[in-house]
Amino acid sequence: MDHPSFVSHAVLLSLVLFGLGTLGVFLRRNVITVLMCVELMLNGVNLAFVAFSRQAGSLDGQVLVFFVMVVAAAEAAVGLAIVIALHRHRDTLDLDAFNLMKG
Amino acid sequence: MDAILFYVCAAVAVGSALVVIGQRNPMYSAFALIVTLCSMSVIFALLGSPFIAVLQVIVYAGAIMVLFLFVLMLLSVRSEEDAPRSGGRTLRGIALALVTLLVLQTGAVLLRRSAAPLPEFDASTRRMAEVLFSPHFLYVFEATSILILAALVGAVVLAKKEL
Repeated sequence: MDHPSFVSHAVLLSLVLFGLGTLGVFLRRNVITVLMCVELMLNGVNLAFVAFSRQAGSLDGQVLVFFVMVVAAAEAAVGLAIVIALHRHRDTLDLDAFNLMKG
Repeated sequence: MDAILFYVCAAVAVGSALVVIGQRNPMYSAFALIVTLCSMSVIFALLGSPFIAVLQVIVYAGAIMVLFLFVLMLLSVRSEEDAPRSGGRTLRGIALALVTLLVLQTGAVLLRRSAAPLPEFDASTRRMAEVLFSPHFLYVFEATSILILAALVGAVVLAKKEL
């Protein structure tokens, strides 16, 4: 994997994954699926970090990926706790049902 | 050989990502996301980052996705109803995703495409630890432990029966 073109292809893959994640956030109605799409977007970002870190020959990008993973774990824990609380109050996971604060 | 593995894993990652956003049943979405994460881990390893690759499998595909599956089974989630979302919102979503992709793509194209060979790169766990625990990142690392603690307490408080 020492050819420079792999790095640009990895960046391209990360863009595609980020775009798919964005699309999923808007297309899906289930709260948990939307959270999973956010994880997909975070993974696209992680791949870009790793690819650029490989290109620059610096480890700082990898350390950032480490921190992104930590934050993703915290986000998943709190997000899923909120989902459980929502499900207890509304008995559904449909995003369209949570319109208490609609403008 | 590496190239074939890279493109196969990239294709698997994109394909299962499509399943993630295309499935109505969240359970299938979760399993497809696990496939995506594992093939991304192979790509991380091919890009010379064994530590991140292992972390991806253990933390993402292991811990986080198990948490997702646990909640999915706890709440006995049904598939989404067939009634589609209001057309306007779907269209707006597709438009926003395309715009995001386009903006990011221009950024990537604007980056100089250097044909120079890649620099020497050592991302072994030992080197990672040296960077992570250097004074440069040490306090950030300590801050993440506070973040994890806050998330732990917050999750317990949020999911409790009586708030």
